[in-house]
Amino acid sequence: MQARLAASDLACRRGERLLFRALSFEAASGSAIHIAGANGIGKSSLIRILAGLLRPFAGTVESDGAMGLVDERLALDQNLPLGKALAFYEKLDGCRDPGRALDLLQLRPLMDVPVRYLSTGQKKRAALARLLNRNCPIWLLDEPLNGLDAQAAASMEALVALHCGGGGIAVVASHQSMALPDVKTIDLAEYAA
Amino acid sequence: MSALATLLRRDLGLLLPGGRGGAGVLPLLFFLAVAMLYPFAVGPDAQLLARTGGGVIWVAALLAAILPLEKLVSGDLEAGVFDQLALRGVAEEWAMLSRLVAHWLAFAPLLLVATLPAAALLGLSGETTRTVLLGLLAGTPGLAAVGLAVAALTASLRGGAALAGLMVIPLAVPILIFGAGTLARPDPSGLLLTAAISLGLCALAPLAAGAAIKAARES
Repeated sequence: MQARLAASDLACRRGERLLFRALSFEAASGSAIHIAGANGIGKSSLIRILAGLLRPFAGTVESDGAMGLVDERLALDQNLPLGKALAFYEKLDGCRDPGRALDLLQLRPLMDVPVRYLSTGQKKRAALARLLNRNCPIWLLDEPLNGLDAQAAASMEALVALHCGGGGIAVVASHQSMALPDVKTIDLAEYAA
Repeated sequence: MSALATLLRRDLGLLLPGGRGGAGVLPLLFFLAVAMLYPFAVGPDAQLLARTGGGVIWVAALLAAILPLEKLVSGDLEAGVFDQLALRGVAEEWAMLSRLVAHWLAFAPLLLVATLPAAALLGLSGETTRTVLLGLLAGTPGLAAVGLAVAALTASLRGGAALAGLMVIPLAVPILIFGAGTLARPDPSGLLLTAAISLGLCALAPLAAGAAIKAARES
């Protein structure tokens, strides 16, 4: 899996406020980036800029490789059983082996449960299954540890490590610290305008 | 192309009556209720009913088309579905085109079927019923298109549903004028104009709705 993600001289403005500026980084295959900072500093905005969903106020993002996004919004149909809700994205992504993600995330027992009945942690795992099935090299994770207990957080870290070990890129925005191998931390407070 | 087919299948599952996220058969019952109430309000004058009934059906159809707008776009916008689609290279405009087709299929065919009992309640002649049916067939795609564009524009607003209803009405007036106008003219020109307006609106609506979704991200 070869991938690259580079941001140069990014600035983000929300409303009248300049959140951060002059932010540059480059990530090659196998590297993890942890975006740290307090609430409201612009972590989520940065993730959305990298995903191409938000226009930066200045600067550019270059990427080589497909991207997958997991944020606080699940994007799965609330009334469908989890299996069917995930099947929509499996079809869109042309996923051939959805079973692997289900086993990895231990979601098999939940396949018949409507998405709206899932707990916070289960929803997070469902979103990760959607991401894994996409089989994309660049992962953008926005607060992936929110609502997870210690054990689930550890397996989340293991999953990200596995992805990076396979040559993927992970950009993780979190106010919590994450134990990731070979991680580069970007503290957004240093770029605050 | 296969992505669009997948998308359309999901939208249909969402919006068709008995589906999970749509308004179900409520617009239909509302439509029939108007046709039922009208004779009570104006009295049992068969001639008056036959003369004005076609127009009443048109107004009822327009108002019924507003009912499903509340959840047409806002649910998926909040859930982040359009973000996930954008990351997969499905442009907002395509997503909205699929939604437009599903929205029309979910309310128009049933509305046409319900026009038959409504026409019977109002005592319309066979000829008038046929004209109303053809007019609705030509006009409902336009109503669906206006509804979709307005639903997308108001999706991220608080109280968007009520606003959507108000915004649809002036935009739907041309369809109503020409569509209901077919009842007064014996030649098919009104029908053709209605169809032309519908086609134009169907071409514009996915673009407008797609732009609205993109703009909602920036806010």
